[in-house]
This record gives sequence, structure tokens and C-alpha cells, in this order.
Amino acid sequence: MSSATSAHSVVEPSATTKRIAGIIVVLYAVITMVPLAWIFMTSFKSPPDSISYPPKVVFTPTLEGYCNLFTTRTRQTPEYIQSLGPPQSICDEITRSRNMVIAGPSNYWPRFTNSMVIAFGSTFLAVFLGTLAAYGFSRFRVPLADDLMFFILSTRMMPPIAVAIPIYLMYRELGLSDTALGMILLYTAVNVSLAVWLLKGFIDEIPREYEEAAMIDGYTRLQAFRKVVLPQATTGIAATAIFCLIFAWNEYAFAVLLTSGSAQTSPPFIPTIIGEGGMDWPAVAAGTTIFLVPILVFTILLRKQLLRGITFGAVRK
Amino acid sequence: MINSDTTILEKSAKHAATSTPVSLARRIGGLSDRAIAWLFITPTIALLLAINIFPLIWAIRLSFTNYRANRPNAVLENVGLQNYHRVLTDSDIWIAMQTTAHFVFWTILLQTLIGFSLAYLIDRKFRGHAFWTTVILIPMMLSPAVVGNFWRFLYQPQIGLFNYIVSYVTGVPPSSFEMLGSVSLAPWSIIIVDTWMWTPYVMLICLAGLRSIPDYIYEAAEVDRASAWRQFWSITIPMALPFIMLAVLFRGIENFKMFDMVMLLTGGGPGSTTEVASITLKREAFESWRTGRASAFAIILFVAVFGLANIYVKALNKVKQR
Repeated sequence: MSSATSAHSVVEPSATTKRIAGIIVVLYAVITMVPLAWIFMTSFKSPPDSISYPPKVVFTPTLEGYCNLFTTRTRQTPEYIQSLGPPQSICDEITRSRNMVIAGPSNYWPRFTNSMVIAFGSTFLAVFLGTLAAYGFSRFRVPLADDLMFFILSTRMMPPIAVAIPIYLMYRELGLSDTALGMILLYTAVNVSLAVWLLKGFIDEIPREYEEAAMIDGYTRLQAFRKVVLPQATTGIAATAIFCLIFAWNEYAFAVLLTSGSAQTSPPFIPTIIGEGGMDWPAVAAGTTIFLVPILVFTILLRKQLLRGITFGAVRK
Repeated sequence: MINSDTTILEKSAKHAATSTPVSLARRIGGLSDRAIAWLFITPTIALLLAINIFPLIWAIRLSFTNYRANRPNAVLENVGLQNYHRVLTDSDIWIAMQTTAHFVFWTILLQTLIGFSLAYLIDRKFRGHAFWTTVILIPMMLSPAVVGNFWRFLYQPQIGLFNYIVSYVTGVPPSSFEMLGSVSLAPWSIIIVDTWMWTPYVMLICLAGLRSIPDYIYEAAEVDRASAWRQFWSITIPMALPFIMLAVLFRGIENFKMFDMVMLLTGGGPGSTTEVASITLKREAFESWRTGRASAFAIILFVAVFGLANIYVKALNKVKQR
């Protein structure tokens, strides 16, 4: 008993080491969070507060950034504004205090919706195709399996701009430019490589004996796949889906080159938010905050699977 | 056991009952393994052929022509290898390749040093290390374009938080330097953002490497009275090396293709000081509309990335074998 304890303590760092390590890591984590905290704070600042020098840490929070993000406004004379009825909403009130009236909704919400439709659509397809292919590669002897797997991976290694040139021409011919369908197909193709690699790893971990037992029980191969393998692979499929979702959500290069209007997603749109006379930083910060929140949630959900996801399943804990 | 025996009986009974009429469901359900394998794999391969390989072949074809995407009806001329020759002798493109190399080198160096150190410290397993690891990982999950855009705000010369903190620490007036606007600082402003964003990536892989080293090796070294320093250099580093290599190769490939973050931070400027290969390619293809020549450049980049990817997969398999 005592020898076991001492053997363990050899590799167990001393209390002082732990404390110093902890302090440095926490310090790094805090510093690394400053930019994000700053963006979050800026989204609640008024435009003058956002560009004051020295930068304001203490300020009166306002929803002006969020109001400006979701609306377009026009400047009016104070007399005209006085002649209007009582303000309809908090945004109405804030806008009027700047001598402006709300002219209509901005493009932020439609772009956000596009991002969701394209991200979920492509994730569903990529995971669906990826699960089938991964099962095929995991369980059957496929000729040239290694070459095919490498081919699948290599498609993800291509520089996006280089892929975008012929895709741009092809989509122009097929009428897929600036359509959600075109973007869904493109992101599916990019994500399916990740999905196959990750899911193959997860399915490899499910013992073949489970299916074999089910097949002895009279299940066909397809039934065994549906009723035995799929339920076992749920965690892996969910993790893969979140990785695909994050990629499609964050993607910029294809989006900026292949969409311009009706199918534009959030990442190319957010940098184009500008106010009267220069950047409207609180509105940009508000748009960034809303865009990043889903990613934060997903990162926390995924934290145990992150390592696998970023290495295409090569490294598992 | 008993249960499965009865199901076998049931199954054979069922089989006898349904063996004569061959229904569609049965025909699909009874597909041979080989047929199922192809049925499952083909859709993925077909999609990749349609969205990746067909356009690639198209690009190869265009790279031998003078095609311009903004004049689709102009007469197409074959120009042979002229595009490749022009790309490889174009000094602007070589400058872009140098800019890319500079960016890749410094980001990898910084990220490996900081990332490995962090992983080493986290592996001391202080209280709360799991929570702080998750916090540190957040930047790498964000959209590089959106990250680039909000760092542009932090880098503003007069009002930006970055300039303020630097001037607070060093005493230099905050409006005396422009991170994004000056020729000497702009490349570093990109390296800083990339390091902020991707150090967690290297850290996470290094952490896996450190955790893969079994305790008994350290215990044996302790018995042999190897110093902590010696243990670090003869056990920790060599055993974590394949993981570090994996991180370096992956970051190398990703940063070689870097487009979105740089586009949003500097757009390649000032002048062309931060114009990495992908931005040059974008300008050739979608601003100058020299589609043929841009395709040739794209193919050259493909080949380079493909070479790197090959090395990457080999390294990957080595890590897997452990």
C-alpha cells in the first residue's frame, strides 16, 4: 500500500509546481478571453462610447448596437420626429434620440437565417452520406480502401480559393450561383470528408460481434446496421454533426465568392455593417456576439470530442 | 442464449415461409455485403467527384487557355504552358510565396512554443485544469473571418484596445503606431491574431501527446536517478514529438491556404506586404479576371498542398500506430 503511494508520488507534481502551473495557465486563459470580452462589452456601448479614448471599461449599457444591427434608419428633422406618435419600442426610442427614425429591418436576420439553413442542410447531408460511407469502409473489404480514404481526405486539403474558381464557373452554368442549394452541396462536399474520417473511427470502435450476434439472430446486414450500429454510434454521429455545423457556420472564402445577395451567409455580411460616417462598431460587435454564441455553446458540448474532431480522428484520448 | 435459440428457430420458420415469393424488401435486405459496401460508399465518392474532381479537371483544362470568366463569349485560345511559365516567373507571385512562408514560419514557431508550454503546464493537473482548458480552446472554434473583423477593431490606432494596452505597458503613445497600416507591423499583426486563435489547437494535440506517455517510464527514470531536466529531454520531448509534428503539419497546411483572416484584417495591404498566396490568387481570378492564369496558379498550389498532405497522412499513420 505504502509503496504504491510513493510510486505514484514520483510522477505526481508537487503542490508548488501545481500552483505555479495553475497561475500561468489561468493568466493565459484570462488574457486570451480579453478580446472576446471586449467585443461583448462593445455590443452594449453607444457609438461615442465605443470609440472614446482611453477605451471605456465602465459605461452605461445601451441596446443601441443591437437596434442598429437589426434596423436601417433615416435621419429626420427634430420637428418631424416630434410630430410622430409615442415610440413603439425601445429601439424606436433610442433611434429617435439620435434624430433618426427606423426605416425598416436590416439584412442581418435574413443572413443569419441563410447561415442556419445552409449549415443545417449541409450538416444533415454530410453526416448522412458520411455515416454510410464510414460503415462501408469500416466493415467491408473495399478494394483500394486506403487510397479512397486518402482521396476523401485530400479533397479537404485543397485551398478554397483554388476550388472556388471552377466552382464559380460551374455554378454560373448550372444556375446555382447565390443559391442556398449550391452552398449546401458545396459545404456537404467539404464536410463529408471530415464526416467519413471521424465516423470511421467511431464505428471501428463498435465491436463487430454485436452485429454478428444480431445477424445470427436473423437480422439482415441492413437491419443490423440500423438497429445495432447506429444506436451505438450516436455519440460519434452527434459530435461529427457539430463539427460539420461549426465548419459551415464559420466558412467565409466560398461564401464571399459564390454568394452576394439572397444566399449570403453571416460571415461575409458582418464585416459590411457600417454606420453613418464610419464603422458602427457597437452594431458590428452585436452582430459578432449573436453569431458567436452558438459556437460557444457547441464548444462546451463538444469539449471531450474536440481533439478527435480537429485531427480527423487520428488522435483519441 | 435460450432467447437467441428461439429466434433462430423463428427465423428459419420465417425463412421457409417467405422463401418462395421474393419481395422487394427482401431483395434489398438480402443484398450481398459487397453490394452494400458499394451502395454505401458510392454516393460520397460521386459527390466528391462532382464537386471536387470535375471542377479540378475543368481548372486544369482552363489553365492551358487564355479564358477570362468576365468574357465568357470570347474566342478560347490554347496557350500551352504559357500560363504556368508566367506564374512561375512572376515576381509578384514569388513575393506572395515569401510572405506566405514568413507567415507560416512564425505562426508555427510561436504556436508550437506557447502551445507545448501550455500543454505541459496543464499536464501538471492543478485543480480546475479541465475547466481552464475548455476556456483556452474557445478561440480556435470561432470563424476566422469574424475574428479578423473584430481584431480590426482592437487594432484601431487611436481607439483600439490593443494599441491602448501596448501604450499602457510600454509608454509609447497609442496613436504613434498603426498595427494594420504600417508596412513593418502589418505582417506581425496577422501573426498575433493567428497565434491567439490557433495556439489552443497545438496545445490540445500536445496535451494528448503528453498524456500518452505512461507513468512507469518516469518511475523507471526516477529509479535511475535521472534529473528532471534529463527526463524532460529524453522522455517527454521524444515521446510527444509525433504529436507535435502532427500539429505542426496540420497548422502548416492550414496556414499555407490562409485566406479569410488576412482578407478581413488587412486585405493584403498596406500595398501588398501581407498578400499571402490565396489573396494573390483571389485577385488574379476575381479582380483581374485572368481565369486561365489563375487556374494555373491554383494547380501549382494544389500540387504543393497535395505534397504536404501526403507527408501529413504518413505522419498521421505513424501516430496512429503508437
